[in-house]
Amino acid sequence: MQSDDVIWSVIGHEFCSYKVKTVTQNFCRNEYNVTGLCTRQSCPLANSRYATVRENEGVLYLCIKTIERAHTPANMWEKIELSKDYSKALEQIDKELKYWPNFTIHKCKQRVTKITQYLIKMRRIKLRQEPKLVGVKKKLDRREATRERKALSAAHLEKSIEKELIERLKSKAYGDAPLNVNESVWQTILDREKSGKEKELNVGAQLDMEDDETDGEEEEEEEMEEDWDAEGDEFVSDFSGDEDGDLDDELSDLEDVVDGGLGAEESGDDQSDDDSSPEDEPPSKTVLGKRKTKPTTARAPPRKKLDKPGRSSLFLNSTSSDLSLLFTGGPRVEVEIEREMESVPLTRSALANW
Amino acid sequence: MAPARFQPSSIKNKIKREEVTRKLKKSKNQAKLQKRLDQAKVEANDPAAKKKRISENVPRTLDNTREADPAMLSAAGPSSAQHVEFSNDIASDPFADYFNFTQDPTIPPKVLITTSAKASKGTYEFCDELVGVFPGAEFIRRKKGKGFEMGRIAGWAAGRGYKHLLVVNEDMKKPNAITLVYLPNGPMAYFKLTSIELTKQIYGHARATPHNPELVLNNFSTTLGHNVGRMFQTLFPPLPEFQGRQVVALHNQRDFLFFRRHRYAFRSPEKVALQEIGPRFTLKLRWLKRGLPAVQNFGASPDALEISVGTEELPGPPEETPMPEQDEESEMRPHEPVPVSNPPKDNEYIWRWKPELETTRKTFFL
Repeated sequence: MQSDDVIWSVIGHEFCSYKVKTVTQNFCRNEYNVTGLCTRQSCPLANSRYATVRENEGVLYLCIKTIERAHTPANMWEKIELSKDYSKALEQIDKELKYWPNFTIHKCKQRVTKITQYLIKMRRIKLRQEPKLVGVKKKLDRREATRERKALSAAHLEKSIEKELIERLKSKAYGDAPLNVNESVWQTILDREKSGKEKELNVGAQLDMEDDETDGEEEEEEEMEEDWDAEGDEFVSDFSGDEDGDLDDELSDLEDVVDGGLGAEESGDDQSDDDSSPEDEPPSKTVLGKRKTKPTTARAPPRKKLDKPGRSSLFLNSTSSDLSLLFTGGPRVEVEIEREMESVPLTRSALANW
Repeated sequence: MAPARFQPSSIKNKIKREEVTRKLKKSKNQAKLQKRLDQAKVEANDPAAKKKRISENVPRTLDNTREADPAMLSAAGPSSAQHVEFSNDIASDPFADYFNFTQDPTIPPKVLITTSAKASKGTYEFCDELVGVFPGAEFIRRKKGKGFEMGRIAGWAAGRGYKHLLVVNEDMKKPNAITLVYLPNGPMAYFKLTSIELTKQIYGHARATPHNPELVLNNFSTTLGHNVGRMFQTLFPPLPEFQGRQVVALHNQRDFLFFRRHRYAFRSPEKVALQEIGPRFTLKLRWLKRGLPAVQNFGASPDALEISVGTEELPGPPEETPMPEQDEESEMRPHEPVPVSNPPKDNEYIWRWKPELETTRKTFFL
């Protein structure tokens, strides 16, 4: 005990490795310190009789240092495990530290209280789901921001959107009398196709264009619609089985393909899209020829209200070029599935018998 | 070439040296300009020559020289290896409902938009815009607390008939990420959100109408890209109203998804006029997980209180004493909607972005 004062006169006033000096107060970093402050009473080095409460993995221990062992650092601290029950723990402290100065007992009990409180909080937090904290990576952010800027300039967004819209317009994806086009513009398009077609096909096919709206066979429509819709955004690819341009055959194939194809559409389309371009099948174009009618759809929910005759054969050539543009190795463009099948296109014989 | 070309750098006098280099550079640039002007003159008369020149001099870009990816769906059709995978994918397609058109295609799918807990003004403004973008979207403020984890909200929303849950995450008072969950047991995607520009910030913006928009999804080439594209597609009603002349575009360029919303008008068969509406933002996919968001302690009740009798201790001690943890694998709550599965404890990643995946500048994943 006589050395206590000496120790304190050195570490208290001069240097102590555990001391942390701040403007207002001094703290003690020693793990066995009861209060955490650097004061005469709470310095574990300068008191040969000392007691603390420490926690290890959720278990509280009362650590006591007595004069008899004060000179043997290895066995200095006697660890007494405290009960998990809070009140019992306090009683234990009272019992173990009987006849000790009130300061020590009081501080130990305060420490027990504080530790128990934070342990409870930790357990409660564990039950909750805290948001995961992720570090901000400045370098990564900076790099990605630059890349984004470059990608934006490489993207030519407006141009690509415009291109896409024009292609949809030209490929008749909007139907026969689309609501989103000017009359004059639409007329020009139709005229161009007519003139373009005249050069290639013969006049007979032209008559198809002037067909008035007839409700085709409902079921075929439905199936075709489903077909279409199932395909999602891709331009429907051809059903490569159809090599001949016979309309009837195409449609019948479509019906067959519908259920099997429904499943296959999803991914089949992706690839089949591109199948179509090289082969350039008329059937694939037929598919494109389908469009949806706006007015009727608005009224009746079921999509089967296609009144427009399918003009599949008509625009084959005009659309073919568009398609091939679409699927050449360049960026794949996907279109929303809004197509619905119209009625069955009329065949020549049907037309003759009209 | 002359054996030793005159180098201006050999002039020791700085003023003179600078003069000489400047003159040299200028003359070189003039020569180049002259050449280009002459070329332009020739091409003005002969468009074929121009075409030829352009077709010969295709610049190398990162998109041109993208590294071949086995997951890419190419124009040539699925390879033999891909066929099997595709049939599996088709069988297990989580978006089958949307693409089978079981419901009326004009009604928009319900989207629940919310934020992370304790959001701030910027996020709320962005969410308001999002509500305008998706027909069928609703915004609900997120509460903080134990019963409001994302997985729980997802389950609740699925029960109420929502098709998507969109959570806008906030960091430092700005929205920085979007988590998109496809509701009945669907996959969830987490995107980093950058470069947000609200409608009011866009100069000369158009006004949106309540028509269902058209969709343009550009440049999604791998299977992962397709997944993401289709997920995005399911947010909108399958049948657009062309009358509205609105188009929503999600353009993928080098793994960045640029979202734009425009009104269009066809001016001629070659020209479309676009006027931008609505918010403009960029997304980057960070991960794609299977199933609903995980909830760690779904249904676990908190520890019971344990008070021992006869204590007279310090004021303010806690009454609870620690009790052994309850089993976290608790039962489904009684009023949980039946068709929705219990949110899992942990999620399986379908795809995750890791820095080590980007081995070269030319690798992209979408």
